[in-house]
Amino acid sequence: MATMPASASDLLKSFKLKTKQQELLIRVSILCLVYILAFITRLFSVLRYESMIHEFDPYFNYRTTLYLTENGFYDFWNWFDYESWYPLGRIVGGTLYPGLMVTAVLIYRILRFLRFAVHIREVCVLTAPFFASNTTLVAYFFGKEIWDSGAGLVAAILIAICPGYISRSVAGSYDNEGVAIFALLFTFYVFVKAVNTGSLAWSLVSAFGYFYMVSAWGGYVFIINLIPLYVLVFYFLDWVKHMLSDTKLFQAFLRITVTCAVAVGGIALGLGMVSGYISPWTGRFYSLLDPTYAKDHIPIIASVSEHQPTAWSSFMFDFHILLFLFPAGLYFCFKRLSDATIFIVMYGLTSMYFAGVMVRLILVATPAVCLISAIAVSATVKNLTVLLRSKNKVVQTGSTKRSGGSQSSSKALLDQSQPFQKNGAIALLFGAFYLLSRYATHCTWVTSEAYSSPSIVLAARGAHGNRVIFDDYREAYFWLRQNTPQDAKVMSWWDYGYQITAMGNRTVIVDNNTWNNTHIATVGRAMSSYEDEAIEIIRSLDVDYVLVVFGGVTGYSSDDINKFLWMVRIGGGVFPVIKEPDYLVNGEYRVDKGAAPKMLNCLMYKLCYYRFGEMMTEYGKPPGYDRARGVEIGNKDVKLEHLEEAFTTSNWIVRIYRVKPPNNRCEI
Amino acid sequence: MESFRFCFLMLTIAILASPALSDLVLSKVDRRRPYVLQIYLTSHIVRISSTVKVENAGPEKESLVLLAFPEQQAKNMAYLMAAPHEGKGKVKNPVVALPVKAANPKDMPAALTFYSVSLPQGLAEGDSFTFDVLAVFTHALRPIPEQITQADIQLVLYQDSAHYLSPYAVKVQSLSVKLPDSRIESYTKLENTKIHGSEIKYGPYENLPSFSYSPIAVHFESNLPFAVAQELVREIEISHWGNVQVTEHYKLIHGGAQSKGEFSRLDFLARPIVRGASAFRYLVANLPPRAHSVYYRDEIGNISTSHLRGDSKKTELLIEPRYPMFGGWRTAFTIGYGLPLQDFLYESDGKRFLNITFSSPMVELVIDALIVKVVLPEGSSDISVAAPFPVEQWQETKISHLDIDGRPVVVLKKTNVVPEHNQFFQVYYHFSQLSMLREPLMLISGFFFFFVACIVYMHADISISKSSASYLAKRQWEEVQAVVQQVQNIISRCLTIHDNLEASLRDLSRTGNIQACKAARKAADGLLKELSKELKPLLTFLQSSPSAAQVEELVAKERELQEKVMVKHSTVVDGYEKKLGARDIENRVALQQQKLTALRQEVDDLLEFIDEI
Repeated sequence: MATMPASASDLLKSFKLKTKQQELLIRVSILCLVYILAFITRLFSVLRYESMIHEFDPYFNYRTTLYLTENGFYDFWNWFDYESWYPLGRIVGGTLYPGLMVTAVLIYRILRFLRFAVHIREVCVLTAPFFASNTTLVAYFFGKEIWDSGAGLVAAILIAICPGYISRSVAGSYDNEGVAIFALLFTFYVFVKAVNTGSLAWSLVSAFGYFYMVSAWGGYVFIINLIPLYVLVFYFLDWVKHMLSDTKLFQAFLRITVTCAVAVGGIALGLGMVSGYISPWTGRFYSLLDPTYAKDHIPIIASVSEHQPTAWSSFMFDFHILLFLFPAGLYFCFKRLSDATIFIVMYGLTSMYFAGVMVRLILVATPAVCLISAIAVSATVKNLTVLLRSKNKVVQTGSTKRSGGSQSSSKALLDQSQPFQKNGAIALLFGAFYLLSRYATHCTWVTSEAYSSPSIVLAARGAHGNRVIFDDYREAYFWLRQNTPQDAKVMSWWDYGYQITAMGNRTVIVDNNTWNNTHIATVGRAMSSYEDEAIEIIRSLDVDYVLVVFGGVTGYSSDDINKFLWMVRIGGGVFPVIKEPDYLVNGEYRVDKGAAPKMLNCLMYKLCYYRFGEMMTEYGKPPGYDRARGVEIGNKDVKLEHLEEAFTTSNWIVRIYRVKPPNNRCEI
Repeated sequence: MESFRFCFLMLTIAILASPALSDLVLSKVDRRRPYVLQIYLTSHIVRISSTVKVENAGPEKESLVLLAFPEQQAKNMAYLMAAPHEGKGKVKNPVVALPVKAANPKDMPAALTFYSVSLPQGLAEGDSFTFDVLAVFTHALRPIPEQITQADIQLVLYQDSAHYLSPYAVKVQSLSVKLPDSRIESYTKLENTKIHGSEIKYGPYENLPSFSYSPIAVHFESNLPFAVAQELVREIEISHWGNVQVTEHYKLIHGGAQSKGEFSRLDFLARPIVRGASAFRYLVANLPPRAHSVYYRDEIGNISTSHLRGDSKKTELLIEPRYPMFGGWRTAFTIGYGLPLQDFLYESDGKRFLNITFSSPMVELVIDALIVKVVLPEGSSDISVAAPFPVEQWQETKISHLDIDGRPVVVLKKTNVVPEHNQFFQVYYHFSQLSMLREPLMLISGFFFFFVACIVYMHADISISKSSASYLAKRQWEEVQAVVQQVQNIISRCLTIHDNLEASLRDLSRTGNIQACKAARKAADGLLKELSKELKPLLTFLQSSPSAAQVEELVAKERELQEKVMVKHSTVVDGYEKKLGARDIENRVALQQQKLTALRQEVDDLLEFIDEI
């Protein structure tokens, strides 16, 4: 009888002794769950819409990936694309980052080898979620390297659902960033690992990681600049540490020098730029250093919404509580300064600056913000639980001591301050969990509502709350693909270039690559000229069809009329004949009766509003009421002389015009 | 089968064998029933249905009847069927169709193409036999004008002969041309021509000589969908896990008059009937009942404009192309659906066979080139096909999910296909039930090997240089860790024994059983001694390791704790033996207890600390 409970408790003890394994088990299962979570939360877009490629650039990537699967790497490398930038063409192999396509094709080949008969499109759609899952793993190891495994786990969870990252890695967003963030974080992790261990093997892996990153995204410039900067700071700190052996002095020194260094660096860069010493960078990098550069100098960069300076709201939207945890994490990092934490702090601060300059660089800052916030969360929760646990022990020992009687009261006196502290700790813990749960709900909501739209298919709520789908883009592109001659050239604003070549399979004049500003300006000029002037440009470019995007019927606001001023600006930047003020009335941009005469008669206006004046769009409004801008249009009697309507989609979003052949000369 | 619904109209022709074919003998017209040659122009597929009564007027037995078609027509002929006439003007049982073969008789005009119908029995002199002929033609309507604008209606021209073209003399014959309910632009007026609504009647004509030909042309409005699939690839994939997956890739064109000029969405929206009369907006497919997982997509993604209605008899799929189809416009799309296996797969003589319809489920669709691919499960053998009409046939292999050497694919190709071809065909093959387990087993073994590989990786030492300093240090560290863990293990067991002792004391205070308590102490003592013996070699091993100090401290503290516990135990037991009061005993051990608690705390802390190393 007596031995039975003993053996039972022995068993229990032997179980308890395996806490290490238990912890490992819990850690591995949490990581697995996070891995899966990171993948499935990105499938909202597939559930809401379908398994399709999103937006603009991914269509180019998809097209090149198809080419790579069909023709092999050698042909891909030497690919000269006649279908874009007519008549110039584009050397595709030399002007893209092949990392993404090669990765997708590799995954495709592996799956095929394992006898999974998947389509390359499915692989492309799921590449970004797959790499996001891998990023969570890297974040875990990175967090473990710079802090502890708890911070690693929290970092993995935070990055798995962080909207800043999800915005670029939902299923279907087949873009360079999808794999590049993985490569970036991996390179950094391995680099820190190499710094910590001094192992040659890790540094070699780091070099390969960097190689992969360079092959995948232009953002590699960030790594190549951050690492030397880090090494510089590192040596400097080492030297200072050596000089000032007193740690307190060192800390004070650190604080002062970091601020000074930032200031001096900023001034030096400013001076360098003003004096023109720093110039081998392209405009996009210029605008990184000086947020106002693009606005003043390069309209083509300024015209892209993702190149705009970031608003506070989008920080809040993409980071949520991480925005507050970030400074807390920095505090913890400074408290426990090591090689690794210095690195993450530098990464965090620099990327945060860039994120402030350009909306799309929030993406680069996201891993750093997640890691640093994870340190804050993990350190706080750990401190609180340690507080709680020690108290529990006291309580426990107190209970065993109950037989001890009066002696325990003296101990209780000692503990008197602690119940209060304990309650505080519990309250704080609950607060932390509440915040984290808010973060989780926010992320899920943002993912499902904001970041899962493919932007090819537009969804709106109907009058009865039902979901209305506008599939006009694909309607138009498929019409082009099926019902125009194989060699037809399509002129449109450059935004739609990639989509027209990928989905419409037709030659375009300009596309999203934007490598030739003059060519884009020519298109801008054609769009902003009168029809008889435009037709000369159109004929000189050998254009057969002109495509415009028009939201007046549906109220779709990112249409060509709203983009038109950029066309004027870009066109005017190269051809001074086009002057922006001609299209404005008292500095105001309008399309109604009060609009500038040049505006009312330019090609873009005519193509968008051709026969729109007869159209009733909204009940109780006059015909020709533009729902996107909320006005009745100014020129209802649009006559086209050299172009004719070839196709308009069911909701009028895309309108395609055929260029008529020149009239025969009758009178000689 | 469906096609035969169209055939309730018929025509009779009494044929008199021409002297040239003198052996065949003649027929007589049944006057009471008005036999008519009917031409159906109510769709873009032209159907000519006729009822023929042949009579043998010659002395010799005849069993073949020749049917003649002008070359122009024969070129477009998609389908030709003859069946015995069953009265009441309905062909009910197509199974007993009469064999029809292309014939090439001598001394006949070269501009005619001949087919011969074999009669069930040879006709003796004076015998007669009545049978129905259905001929289906595609691309027989010519749009005139060839190009129209969006607002124009589509006019088509049909040309044929009012007289039944035959190598035999015809006794009595009449012709009726059925048009869609709409405008007739013009038609050839002959003697005995009447017009009834949308039907034009010619005849009856009597005693026509052989090869009499009287050209007629009908020019009329036809806005019916001129849907032509230039190519259709149907893939039927059998899975013995319970599904037949059908995937159909269409390349469609509007085969009517080409559209020219502007396409105005405004006009089309405002008055689709007038300003888009010639266009078709949707297609209807009648899928088999219990079709499921239907999808409709094209190269660039899903197409959301489709509707599915179903009942127990059929599933009706209405699909809208991405844009309205005007003359000459093309589109391409894919529809796919799953069907329950048991509805289509049967077994006979140890062989399995698939019994499924050959052609597209689309209503009134002309298919220029139809390729049917039947994908059988991997491991099928002895494949043979039974088709109701001649088809081109070859075999391929297809590699699908988890296939090693690919699935056998039977490919059948036929050009110029009309709905009448939508008949059942059979694919026979051998397939062993065991082969079904191949793929699950492959998956299982794949996972199994993956896990085995993981285990091997975790346990195997794959370091390259076994003598390098770091490797040795690592090994040593691992050993030290293992030993430390053992030490922890032992200490924890000691602590458990202490707890047991405390428990025995509590038992004592409750029951007053001193002997049991003593026995417990003895047992505990023995155990503790054994444990300390176990501990010794471990400690000597750890002596040189960096964590030795902590471990030693831990052991020392534990020993102290052990002693204190024993002392306390003996004090309490003594107290009970001396029958002291509970409070008295408590006072005696109070001091010891305090120390004990402090010590226990220290040991716990140390354990935790070592745990974290």
